[in-house]
Amino acid sequence: MGEYDVIVVGAGHAGCEAALASARMGKKTLMFSINLEAVAMMPCNPSIGGTGKGHLVREIDALGGEMGKNIDKTFIQSKMLNTAKGPAVHSLRAQADKNKYHVEMKRTIENTPGLDMRQGEVTDIIVENGRVCGVVTKTHTWYKAEAVILATGTFLAGKIFIGDSAFSSGPNGLAPSCELAANLKKHGMKLRRFKTGTPARCLGSSLDYSKMEEQRGDEKTVPFSFMNDEIGDNKGLCWLTYTNEETHRVIRENFHRSALFGGQIEGIGPRYCPSIEDKVNRFADKKRHQLFIEPEGLDTDEMYIQGMSSSLPEDVQLAFYKTIAGLENIRIVRPAYAIEYDCIDPQDLKLNLEYRAIENLFCAGQFNGSSGYEEAAAQGLMAGINAALKISGREPFILGRDEAYIGVLIDDLVTKGTNEPYRIMTSRAEYRLVLRQDNADQRLTEKSYKIGLADEERYRRYKSKKEAVEKEMIRLTEKTVSPSEVNAFLESHGTSPVNGRISFAELLKRPQITYADLKEIDDETRPELSYHEVTQLEVQIKYEGYIAKQLQQIARFKKLENRRLSEDLDYSEIEGLRLEAVQKLNQIKPESVGQASRISGVSPADINVLLVYLEKRKRGN
Amino acid sequence: MYDDTIAAVATAMGEGGIGIIRISGENSLEILNKVFCSLKKNYRKGYSLEPDSAGESINLPVENRKLTYGFVEDNFTGEKIDEVMAVYMKAPHSYTAEDVVEIQCHGSIVSLRKILALVLKNGARLAEPGEFTKRAFLNGRLDLSQAEAVIDLIKAKSDKTFDVALGQLEGRFSKKIKEIRADLVDILVNITVNIDYPDEDIEVITYENLIKGIKNVKAKVDSMLATADTGRILREGLNIAIIGKPNVGKSSLMNALLKETRAIVTEIPGTTRDTIEEAVTIRNIPVKLTDTAGIRHTEDIIEKIGIEKSKESFNKADLIIFMVDNSRPLDSEDREIIEYIGSRKVIVIINKTDLEGRLHINGIKEMLPQGIFIEASVANEEGIDKIEDEIEKLVYGGQVKQQESLMVTNVRHKTLLEEASSSLGDACSMAEAGEALEFLEIDVNRAYEALGEIIGEAVNDDIINEVFARFCLGK
Repeated sequence: MGEYDVIVVGAGHAGCEAALASARMGKKTLMFSINLEAVAMMPCNPSIGGTGKGHLVREIDALGGEMGKNIDKTFIQSKMLNTAKGPAVHSLRAQADKNKYHVEMKRTIENTPGLDMRQGEVTDIIVENGRVCGVVTKTHTWYKAEAVILATGTFLAGKIFIGDSAFSSGPNGLAPSCELAANLKKHGMKLRRFKTGTPARCLGSSLDYSKMEEQRGDEKTVPFSFMNDEIGDNKGLCWLTYTNEETHRVIRENFHRSALFGGQIEGIGPRYCPSIEDKVNRFADKKRHQLFIEPEGLDTDEMYIQGMSSSLPEDVQLAFYKTIAGLENIRIVRPAYAIEYDCIDPQDLKLNLEYRAIENLFCAGQFNGSSGYEEAAAQGLMAGINAALKISGREPFILGRDEAYIGVLIDDLVTKGTNEPYRIMTSRAEYRLVLRQDNADQRLTEKSYKIGLADEERYRRYKSKKEAVEKEMIRLTEKTVSPSEVNAFLESHGTSPVNGRISFAELLKRPQITYADLKEIDDETRPELSYHEVTQLEVQIKYEGYIAKQLQQIARFKKLENRRLSEDLDYSEIEGLRLEAVQKLNQIKPESVGQASRISGVSPADINVLLVYLEKRKRGN
Repeated sequence: MYDDTIAAVATAMGEGGIGIIRISGENSLEILNKVFCSLKKNYRKGYSLEPDSAGESINLPVENRKLTYGFVEDNFTGEKIDEVMAVYMKAPHSYTAEDVVEIQCHGSIVSLRKILALVLKNGARLAEPGEFTKRAFLNGRLDLSQAEAVIDLIKAKSDKTFDVALGQLEGRFSKKIKEIRADLVDILVNITVNIDYPDEDIEVITYENLIKGIKNVKAKVDSMLATADTGRILREGLNIAIIGKPNVGKSSLMNALLKETRAIVTEIPGTTRDTIEEAVTIRNIPVKLTDTAGIRHTEDIIEKIGIEKSKESFNKADLIIFMVDNSRPLDSEDREIIEYIGSRKVIVIINKTDLEGRLHINGIKEMLPQGIFIEASVANEEGIDKIEDEIEKLVYGGQVKQQESLMVTNVRHKTLLEEASSSLGDACSMAEAGEALEFLEIDVNRAYEALGEIIGEAVNDDIINEVFARFCLGK
């Protein structure tokens, strides 16, 4: 019924980014959703960002993705986490107005030239000669496409569990996608089951906030997007309360009624997102667990009970919620549930997120075994970019572990695989001092501009920030002051006086001194810098030594990353490799020696054998 | 990982008058300059390393492909280690086609290992077996046909090292390392959870506790290092004591194993008045051979001292080689020795099988049922191979356990322990200066990795797994 360059199956966080990236790179794109009300839906927590995830959002934004801009338009409360720690792990998180988030994203998609949106259930993909060339919908309509991106989220063969009841369903009561799952298997795709869960929603008017602790956003809100300097004030509050022994008793007495312990659920859930019954079971000594009450939106009284996801029956849910301080008269409007869904083993993908066995079929999001809106969006963006590049016959766009959290995320999934829904963490990034929120644009915008995604306006902003920071860096290094000019200032900020002349850059290295403080002793040559510029400047100066050390590590890391491995290499023909290494290498087909060295089961001795083999082959040619 | 600077002893340990330490990689020259002092001609004759009154040690730059005379000095302690000749070969005109430095020193095992340890301390990494050859190949220096040999080398040597490493895994040493690593996991897990889960209801890490924890671990690492520094790690290989009555052929055996005449061999009993120690490698196993003076009762004061020393080295030995004379019946002195051996691990060599047999061999077999019996004629170099076979079998078969670990890995252990210690020191000073968690995490993690390298455990996801196992996290 239509001919497109790229078709995206799914309109969640992965699907939206994929469709937008593809269309913005000039490809005629069609995005399917079972229900258009589910475009950019947030079926679980009403927030974007957090540790590691906030980094992903900044990177998505720096590459020209939409998530950062969209949350800036629709946030309710914004908070920078980890400010007591160093800048590499500062992480922005914002509470979202869920409905508004959906509306704004949908509007952006509607207004994007070359991008069509269609309500419909894709039931099959068309594969010819090992290459995907279109999709079929429930109404037996065929659509042709050069590339297809699967971003099915929890819809694919979705099954909801509440107590002893289990039924086929997508998230949030939407229809699941069952035929597609069966047909993907027919195409030889290996699927497996993962699960996740969400807590109940209740009416705010039924809660007693006087028994809870108020959770405010930051005084000064900070934008996610590098395109914004100001985003306005916070518009709502969150609340903190705790479970107690009585809550735990109710839960414990009903363990046998939980779908999780009853054995009905076969899927593997994430450890970092345990249900409340799992928490009570595994951490029996813990007297209380915290829960946050968060608004679902500004135009609704519904509140999200963060920390209390469950697969217990509705009557038990009501009973244990009522034991909690402030929740005694709770009126639940949507019960908690666990959901199981089909996904692939990401080790079946290439680093450009293309399915290895089916050409031009790209995959993103929960379908790849990840968890979280941000992880999904990051993969969607990369899948959209790579689909567009592939059908233009251009080189794939792959980010290294040293370049972006997105690179860490995808490399972890594809190279190491995962046994549970994968969540990003800052501790997964070896080079986190360099991969910061404040410099995501400096790391990525130029790359994105070169492949034709980041637009002129973004590129101009990136350039001007880069120049402003560099120029000011030089000024601060060259500008010096004498002890008589500066000592009073130093003492007033609780730091020791100096004996000789000192540069502004040196002053800024002191933990007690901020760039804003320097204004007191500065002169008219001081420029007016934006929030993003000041942050990067400060970090770069304060942590120069550490950053330099990490850049050296990266230079070493790069050498092995740059030794490319051909996809047609048959490792069983390489003499000297151990059997386990041969099997793993043949399964994953790493793209570089560096990637090969990260595969579990491949030893340093195997890497040596591989290097010798490569050299031998090079000389043979 | 594959282009850092590596170093190793290039000559066989204990087998030559001159030993060579080879360093390859981009920091070779820099390391040489740190440890090497070139000297002008006015250097007092003799063994002293002190410059004479007329001359001072001066640091002339080492020129490319020119042998330079000087000495190696420990740049951390100032100790002068040995007189040496050093040569620098600039890339690509060297064996590996990288910058290569070779330090020629006296062949004594002590100075070789001290210099190697010093070079490692200055930033080189101990070369893996065959690594120089591998680099030579990868950099285009070797013939294509040698590629297979390189692969075999990598395989064979790493397999062997692995066996030895396995043997050591049971030892006290690796147990201790594991304990220290477990302490570090506690610290790292706490740091990680504090960084990645700022919103969770968990105990906030205090710098006071953190510093206490890191200091505690560092103290443990340092105490291990202290035992290394007293010299065991640098000096010792497998301890073998050769025992037997005078003139049974102990010195000849020693010489045969050393493959050159070093101990004095005469027909007069008791010539070996003192214990003689020699370091030698037998089938790649570093061994310290002790030729004992015997334990015969004597009134001679000088011999008495020798006998006391014999007993001491006998008691310390990992393995005993007991030699008996095939041409003479067992006498009281032999019996005294047999009694002294008791149930310890022993190789019994029936020597002089070229002469008429007057020995009741089965009688000895009954007295030493645990013994491994080898017939030999050491003077005619017969049976030496068998002796070497047995030593190798015993070591790799795990029957002879060393009191400490093997020498080669020891130098590596020491380097890694030092790295762990200095990383923890850095972490501590950063914590004391109030630096942010994620900076000190890098150093604590580096210490954790270095200790892991000692026992061959990779890092992977164990910290993240522990985080989820210990803390209740998530929505």
